[in-house]
Amino acid sequence: MGALHTRTLTQLAEGLRRKSFSSVELVGELLARIEKSQPALNAFISVTAPEALAVARAADRTLAAGAGGALTGVPIAHKDIFCTEGVRTSCGSRMLDNFVSPYDATVVAKLKRAGAIMLGKTNMDEFAMGSSNETSFYGPVRNPWNPKLVPGGSSGGSAAAVAARLVPGATATDTGGSIRQPAALCGITGMKPTYGRVSRYGMVAFASSLDQGGTLTASAADAALMLREMAGFDPRDSTSVDTPVPDYVAALEQPIAGLKVGLLAEFFDKGLDEDNERCVREALRVFEGLGASVTQVSLPNLPMSVPVYYVVAPAEASSNLARYDGVRFGHRCENPRDLSDMYRRSRGEGFGAEVKRRIMTGTYVLSAGYYDAYYLKAQRVRALINADFIRAFAAVDVLIGPTTPTPAFPLGAKTADPITMYLNDIYTIGANLAGLPAISVPCGFVQGLPVGLQIVGPHFSEARVLAAAHAFQRVTDWHTRVPVGYT
Amino acid sequence: MSEWETVIGLEIHAQLATRSKIFSGSPTAYGAPPNTQADLVDLGYPGVLPVLNGEVVRMVVKLGLAINARIAPLSVFARKNYFYPDLPKGYQISQYELPIVAQGSLDIVLEDGQVKRVGITRAHLEEDAGKSLHEGLPGMTGIDLNRAGTPLVEIVSEPDMRSAKEAVAYMKKVHTLVRYLEICDGNMQEGSFRCDANVSVRPAGTAKFGTRAEIKNLNSFRFVERAINFEVARQIELLESGRPVVQETRLYDPDKGETRSMRSKEEANDYRYFPDPDLLPVKVDAELIASVRTTLPELPDQKAARFSTQYGLSAYDAGVLTASRELAEYYEEVVRTAPGDRKLAANWVMGDLAAALNKEGLEVSSGKIPAARLGELLRRIQDATISGKIAKEVFELMWSQGLSADAVIESKGLRQITDSAAIERAIEEVMAKNPAQLAEYRAGKDKLFGFFVGQVMKATGGKANPAQLNELLRGKLRG
Repeated sequence: MGALHTRTLTQLAEGLRRKSFSSVELVGELLARIEKSQPALNAFISVTAPEALAVARAADRTLAAGAGGALTGVPIAHKDIFCTEGVRTSCGSRMLDNFVSPYDATVVAKLKRAGAIMLGKTNMDEFAMGSSNETSFYGPVRNPWNPKLVPGGSSGGSAAAVAARLVPGATATDTGGSIRQPAALCGITGMKPTYGRVSRYGMVAFASSLDQGGTLTASAADAALMLREMAGFDPRDSTSVDTPVPDYVAALEQPIAGLKVGLLAEFFDKGLDEDNERCVREALRVFEGLGASVTQVSLPNLPMSVPVYYVVAPAEASSNLARYDGVRFGHRCENPRDLSDMYRRSRGEGFGAEVKRRIMTGTYVLSAGYYDAYYLKAQRVRALINADFIRAFAAVDVLIGPTTPTPAFPLGAKTADPITMYLNDIYTIGANLAGLPAISVPCGFVQGLPVGLQIVGPHFSEARVLAAAHAFQRVTDWHTRVPVGYT
Repeated sequence: MSEWETVIGLEIHAQLATRSKIFSGSPTAYGAPPNTQADLVDLGYPGVLPVLNGEVVRMVVKLGLAINARIAPLSVFARKNYFYPDLPKGYQISQYELPIVAQGSLDIVLEDGQVKRVGITRAHLEEDAGKSLHEGLPGMTGIDLNRAGTPLVEIVSEPDMRSAKEAVAYMKKVHTLVRYLEICDGNMQEGSFRCDANVSVRPAGTAKFGTRAEIKNLNSFRFVERAINFEVARQIELLESGRPVVQETRLYDPDKGETRSMRSKEEANDYRYFPDPDLLPVKVDAELIASVRTTLPELPDQKAARFSTQYGLSAYDAGVLTASRELAEYYEEVVRTAPGDRKLAANWVMGDLAAALNKEGLEVSSGKIPAARLGELLRRIQDATISGKIAKEVFELMWSQGLSADAVIESKGLRQITDSAAIERAIEEVMAKNPAQLAEYRAGKDKLFGFFVGQVMKATGGKANPAQLNELLRGKLRG
């Protein structure tokens, strides 16, 4: 057979149902690609080859019987932040290097039920804290378009794996841009749903009020198929929302003529690379060509999103990461002298520098005497940003702008100065603070590197956002391009 | 030296009597082997999330209604952050700025019979922590997380109490109330009901509060009284010798009968409270309040008032008999069975029954004489089958042998002699046997009358009807 990796997730699901090829063949081919890519990309932390092949054999039997779910036999990868029963769930950290989860995250269980097969767990920034995948305990992931460059983060492993066609789709999480930014830097499609659309149960928490699971795929159509199987109310997550999941796949073909597109004025700031801006503006002309109307929209409080985020997210993280104390699971230092020594050394050894920086920042902003000045004020500004978005969506259907200020940057370029690294999320953080669905799709190339276009919609407008992205992808081919060496 | 006034506020922790924990499905039953009643949520595993047990909200709303408090339409769970091995998540989920219940009150009766109103600042929900174990683990600490996630309501009073006795009266009142409401089993040995006491002293007549010490984790009424009294004396001694009271947390050592410093204000944790982003605000609407209101039982104060008017009991007796729902129900059943004399019923329930229960450490529900049986015994006193004195003997046999009153009376032949002829015969025999005493009596030594009563009673095995005996004996002795 061969070359199955060139097909999209949607095509693979269809081909398996038609029995054009077997799941065992497909899984075998992709496992070989993963193994071969690993020294160059380091996209995976764990590969579960024997288990995957066993499930593939069972899937083939199911398919032979004419049964199965929407994704039966389709291989995927999970970001190593999702708990997977019986498989190490490291979250990119030494702290959880020895942690084998006793249960499946809801997302993992749902995709299993839909028939998807996990090939392994993808590399990521430690505890999802990073924008370059350089904070991983397991070493950086490299960008398939140029191994000297970062793939973005924190879902860098998932993005690189999909971009290099090692898997047709991967789960990911987005707290401040961790799906969209690596999607943009790797030239693929990254979908972050509305906060509460996808269950957080079993997703190792970074910043609970911002974290949201989503997808990394080659196309919006693939994202629609995967998200349809992942989304939905979960009684085990109090913040998941009990509202029906539309058939995103069926909604893809809705026409976008008459779609009111808002151009986000604040995103076209002086930090935006000229070439990136050119690609985004060309994309807007494509939307106009499809019958959409484009108007400029201003969200005056949006420029405060980075400082707000870097108060709220570390505050929640400092509390969420307190459970890693060496008592019940995870890393415990050798021969602790006493309780305090065990805490200090277990956490000191288990966490990397960026995680420690955020725990300290978060602890500081929640401290007595500083809470009002930082945490409370940040929450107030967050409410203002939210109100800005709501006002904007009274006038337009979707907001469009760049995903990132620049294309992928070299490894090490921003590690010395955390602020420059944080500014890479300047365009993506707003959607997290307001809990909005947002997608990044490839919209051009600058010096051989992909550029991302971001589409943000009102709460629970995933179907419309996906349809807009799909309409764009029907008339463009940026998303079909594959890096040299991985075709 | 000047007079000192004591100021006390209590923070009572009552375990809510739900079957499962506040944020997980694990059972709350006490005494299981370590860590067998803790699921992944209780263990604080990576990725798990809390889900609020709705029953907990109903229970705390019930409490709020019973203390005439404000029930917040929207309350918020917050994280209280600190490291401790038996605190699995590194934070305790509690309520901080927006508690579910606020501004209630309870009335207590002081020793002089005065009624005092104690303000209740707030009552909020929180999860309990686990337990650290040291016994049998040399050089190590064991962690048992069975208790982690057990639902608690923390009831915080105003600093309204002025003596250890008042504090105990208030704590007992809350204890009675939560058991009436069936929201807490009140078991203090198992830690289901415990309190922290904030204690300070100030010169009598001044308005400014003195510096307070917080005594942690008092789990008996006796300890509360002793710990407060010790603490008050300690603080007065400090102040009178010109030394300051330090704001700190102290522990009571029941063996030594003293409080000891645990940590000072400077060493206190900065808990970095913030709203828990994993939980939505708790909404309590009018409909929920109305539905909980229908489940409210007759409350202790209402019941005591009714006992006073309906049964003609003193405020004190009514208070004692309504201290628990079970005791009140027991009393009412006794009265239903033996309606004649309500005071007699009250005396028996508060006296012989309470003593017997106390002696064996039993609850009224597990006593050996059901209410209807005690009622039958009282009926036999009322219809003069036996005397009150014999009844005590019958009671003991009923208790020890599990028999009915009639069965004991019959089998032991304790039926009272009311046959005048039989009593007269016994009197005549006694007179015949004691001619000397008879002569003395007739010569004017009146106090020998008691001697003759005793002799006749002895001769009849105590069964002669006392009133009849007195009357007949007087006549016979006169000659």
